[in-house]
Formats: sequence, C-alpha cells, structure tokens
Amino acid sequence: MGLESAQIHQIVKEKFADSVLEEAADAVDPFIVVKPGVIEDLAYFCRDDTRLEFDLLSCISGVDYPERNVIEVIYCLDSTPNKHWLIVKVVLPRDNPRVRTVENVWRTADWHERETYDLLGVTFEGHHNLIRILCAEDWVGYPLRRDYVMPETYRGIRNVVY
Amino acid sequence: MSPENLTPDPLVKNLVFMNSVDYLVNLTRSNSVWPLTFGLACCAIEMMATGASKYDIARFGSEAFRATPRQADLMIVAGTVTHKMAPRVKRLYDQMPEPKYVIAMGGCVIRGGPYVKYGYHVVKGVDLVVPVDVYVPGCPPRPEALLEALFKVQKLMRREKILDRTRKTTKPEVYRPAAPQAV
Amino acid sequence: MPEVKTEEMLLNMGPQHPSTHGVFRVVIRTDGEMVLESESHIGYLHRCFEKVAENNNYLQVVPYTDRMDYLCAMANNLGYAQTVEKLMKLQVPERAEYIRVIVTELNRIASHLMAFGTYGMDLGAMTPFLYAFRDREMLLKIFEKLCGQRLNYSYIRVGGVTFDMTDEILADIERFCEYFEPDILKEYNDLLSYNGIFISRAANVGVLPVDLAISYGVTGPSLRGSGVARDLRKDEPSSIYDRFDFDVMVGSGEMGTVGDCWDRYMVRVREMTESVKIVRQAIRDIPSGPFCDKKAFRGVKPPKGEVYHKIEGARGEVGFYLVSDGTVKPYRVKARGPSFCNISVLDALTSKGDCMVADMVAIIGSLDIVMGEVDR
Repeated sequence: MGLESAQIHQIVKEKFADSVLEEAADAVDPFIVVKPGVIEDLAYFCRDDTRLEFDLLSCISGVDYPERNVIEVIYCLDSTPNKHWLIVKVVLPRDNPRVRTVENVWRTADWHERETYDLLGVTFEGHHNLIRILCAEDWVGYPLRRDYVMPETYRGIRNVVY
Repeated sequence: MSPENLTPDPLVKNLVFMNSVDYLVNLTRSNSVWPLTFGLACCAIEMMATGASKYDIARFGSEAFRATPRQADLMIVAGTVTHKMAPRVKRLYDQMPEPKYVIAMGGCVIRGGPYVKYGYHVVKGVDLVVPVDVYVPGCPPRPEALLEALFKVQKLMRREKILDRTRKTTKPEVYRPAAPQAV
Repeated sequence: MPEVKTEEMLLNMGPQHPSTHGVFRVVIRTDGEMVLESESHIGYLHRCFEKVAENNNYLQVVPYTDRMDYLCAMANNLGYAQTVEKLMKLQVPERAEYIRVIVTELNRIASHLMAFGTYGMDLGAMTPFLYAFRDREMLLKIFEKLCGQRLNYSYIRVGGVTFDMTDEILADIERFCEYFEPDILKEYNDLLSYNGIFISRAANVGVLPVDLAISYGVTGPSLRGSGVARDLRKDEPSSIYDRFDFDVMVGSGEMGTVGDCWDRYMVRVREMTESVKIVRQAIRDIPSGPFCDKKAFRGVKPPKGEVYHKIEGARGEVGFYLVSDGTVKPYRVKARGPSFCNISVLDALTSKGDCMVADMVAIIGSLDIVMGEVDR
C-alpha cells in the first residue's frame, strides 16, 4: 500500500510551502487547497516525484458557490503503482475564473477541462482547443451554474413544455 | 362479391380469390416493414433484444434492419433525442422515401420522460421534430410492447389507399406548442 | 503514363452508424483507406444528469444513475449508494452487502456478453450476437424476478437493496452458473475467439501502450488488456470484495502484440469466469438477516462535506464526487464515467498512421463504450 493522506500532504507542503492555503486532514476525504497560479508546477511534481507517482487523473470537477462568489475546481489524482490518492482544490473568482491547463501533464485533462468550460465557464489558459464538448456548439450560457435559466426555445424547437 | 355469387363451380371457388388492389398491396407492404437502426440510448438495447432470438421480430417481416435511411420505411426512435442530435433526426427522416412511418419508443421521446423538468439539453418529445405515428410508453418498454407497436403500424398500413401513397391525408402533424402548458 | 490524382478525403462517421455503439461521431481524414487523423465529437446524448441531480433528493437521483451506463446499471447504483454511505458513515447490513455483490457480478456478466455479441456483429459475425443474447435473456429473467425491471433496475439504494433475494432466486442463479460455466464459455471460444478471420481482424490492431493508456485515464478491461493488473476490486476493495478469491485477468499478447484489440476482447471473455467464481462464493456464504436499513430508505440527510468514491464497473472506474450541504438534496454530484476517458484515446490510436477505416470499427468495438456515460 502507499502513503497515508497526511504524509502526502506533508510532502507537497515541503515543496510548495507558501502556496498551500488550506489542508483538511480530518474530513471524510482529506484534500488540500492551493493557489491557482501554482497548479501546473504542482501537477508536474505530483506526476514525476518518485514517492508520489500520481500518473492517473481520475476526474476534474467544478463546483459553483454563488454565496461565496467562487468557483472551485477539484482534481482527483490516483497512483497506479503506489495505490494512494490525493484531492487538490483550486478556488477561483466567480466573475472571471481562469487557471492554467494541466493537459500537458495528463492527456485526459484535455476533455475534462473542455467539459468544465462547457458546463461552468472556467477558462483554462494554454489549452489547445477549448470549445464546447457536451452541449451543442452554439449553446448560450453555462448550464451548471446555480443561476442558469433554461432557454424557452432553441433553434425553433420549444424547450420548456410545462 | 364472393366467388359463390358469381359462379357455383367448385374449381373456381377454391382457386380464385378476389379483392381490391389496395388490400393486396397493403398486405404485402405491411408484412415486410424494414426498420432503420436508430438506437440512441437504453431503449436501443431493448430494440436489439426484440431483434434477437427470444422476441424475434423477423417472424413479423422486419428481418432486415437497414443502416441507411434510403432503404428503410420505419424509423424506430429509441432513446433520448437531444438538441445536438435533433437536426440529424430531421435530416434522416427527410432522407427516407415515402411512405414512411415513425414509432416513438420509450418515455424520453414522449414529452421528455424523466428529463422533462430539468433537462436543458433534451428535446421534450421527438414529435416536436418529426411526425410520429405510434407512441410506446415505458422506460424502457418491454420487447413485447415494441412488437405491439409494430402491429399497430401494420394496421395503419392496411387501411391506406394506393392512390394516396405519399400519405397526404393520413400523416400526423409535428407538435408545435405555442406557449408552455400548465402541468 | 498519365498521373493518377490522389487527394485526401474528409469522411464523417456520423452519429447514426451501425457500428459506433450509440451516438458517436468521428470525422476522419483519409488517404484512400488509410486513416491519417481522426477527431471525435461527443455530446449527442448529453442528458444533463448533474443538473437533474442538484434538483432532486438523494433517493430520486438513483434512477438517473442507472440510465448513465445502462448496460451495467447495478454498478452505477452501487457506486452512488456507496458514495452517500461513505459520507454518512452508514453501515449496511451483511445480507445486503452479499446481495449487492451477487447482482453486480451478474450484471457484469450480462454487460460482457453484450460486448462480446456486438463486437462480433461489428466485425461481420452475426451468430455470436444471437448466442450472447440467448444467455443474456436468462440473466434478465432472473433480474426481472428479483426487482421487476429488465434494464434500468434502481435496485441498490442508499442503505441496502429494495427487495429481498428469496431462496428460489438463489436456486435460479445457481442453475445459471452451472449452465454457463464452463460449457458455454467453451462454446464462445469455439465460435469467435480463435476464429482465423477474427484473429486477423483484431490481433495487432489498435495497440495501446501502457503509458499512453494511463495518461489518457483508461481503466477497466481496456487497461488490463495492455498488461496492467489494475482492478479496483482488488486494489481498493469497498464493501466485502476482500473476502472473495478471484484472479485479475490481464492481456498477454497471445495472438499478436500486448494491448491489441484481441487482448482487450479476451480479457472480457475471461472475466466472465471470474465473476461466476465470485457469485458462487457469495451464494455459499450469504447470511440471513435484514436486507435494508429502513430508516435510510425513507430519506437521508448526509452531513455537510465532500467525498469521492470509485468502484470497478464493467467498463472501468466509475467515480462519484458528491458535495453535500446538509439538506435533502445534494449540492453537486459529479459522475465520472469510464467510457469518457476510454474513448478519448481513439484519436491518439488512429493518428499513428497504420490504421485503416475498417480497423477503426474494430478499435471502437474493443474499447466497449456506452454513450450514456460518455455524455451523461
């Protein structure tokens, strides 16, 4: 088996001491919150460090918190050889959510980031092809935001029947 | 006008069969309906199960599921239609030659199904896009329900007239609601 | 001798296609029959699962989870139920755990049978499809006896299972296991696996190297076909999977290279044997007792917090990221479908330069995708 969550957080905090904003070690699933600017270096470190070896990115999800006026982007990392995992969070301002892309570190981030852009409006700087992936190409709005209103018609087809 | 009235000759009675051309053409047409493979989601699995060996659809004439719309005369819309897919549904329907029929299979294509209230990307019923002849409720409907729908289409076919073979009088209309209806 | 003019062609393998396993669109740039580059387009079945889950309470979300991967719906239900139970720290009765394992493994067999049948049909063999569906119908009959539905069960819920598994159903399952293994599996191998035409179409085609697979997030039988022995039932066992004794099937390049389509296909066929092993052990050891937590069935209200839980579905790692704010409705449910990552590797596989248009069909079929969980 691999390292415990507390040990993994310790290794990350040694390298990125001033960028780790918060560490929740006693939650059901421990996670760390880092500054948005450092996510790309952190990704390379997590993948290449011999103790960590996080080579599988399970998923990238975004959560919208309108009361706190932020959008959180969560990276769930997993390690195939060492069998341990890590959850990294990044907190972005809601009116202009921008963060560096990690698609050069894990190729799967390509589609996951396009999905987060499509549904929540988070812009990933440096992505080679950031266009909508799930909704139709000319869809307007970011559906997963809490204040999204379903359009009445789309291209002549009535969307709200009841 | 049965043969008994015309001539009492037993040879003629057992060998001659008289009916209208409409009846004969419709009999042959309805026993050989070729569906288009248009499975979109979960209902497609039940459509495949209807075509497999237990609930064999081939014994009712639908032996060949054609992949191209130019050779099919029945479109079984099985599965949810989304706004991204709706123009393709319309285009495939337009590419089918007349007379053509549509079965709407499953709850999602009848008024949106479970996605009616919060599904922003789901077309609330395929009859907003193409005219539908038979609706099959269920999520997903059993293979026997799909077979029953096929029988209803066959019954529809048998009532038609050869002079109206482009179905100008019998085709249903696309549903165009003006404003949201109250629940 | 006049010059033969050749030019590249843009071909659209459209959303409606007999062998794209659902509504999946690929735009291919070809030079004759060789594929130079391909670009996948998804989203034709985007049914807004995450928005729906935010507006319904925890019990009402369960039917939407099994419409995501509709061929292995029990695994999706199980993943969601275990995620909520992990957040609530809820203990499920023993008998419910055993029943959950039995139905998940039976559903895995049904899903792999479907994959086997449709893969044969994609490559031109019509008969294995009918044989696979004959056995699948037996399984669906057992499921219908158990919970009333053939396809989208909603059987496993937060706190246990909906209906008890009677002795009659257990006897049916035992009879099915007797019938299925080993005679039927031998029949499938004779029908398709070692057929010369099938081998020449599937071996050495679509070779997936290990580092490319892990970088693209491929999991499940597609990753095990490339030689990586990663199975979440063994690596991170949830509920009672650590009590069962079974092997992890890995591709070994028997017919061609390690990681080709034949390996992925054979991993699925061999996994059916292992699932039958697990079902037999579970039937032998199942205890009596309650099958659900009645209080949880009436409605749950997990505490505030977030959790990410993953299980091994039929196609790979099914993950649910759940954010709860203490009310009866979840704040955010993010579902990670394995086919979303599995199909993203297609563009990398076909741009190597040795893939023909017919090979694309073989690769898509061997990755075994279900569009319901790609688009959610």
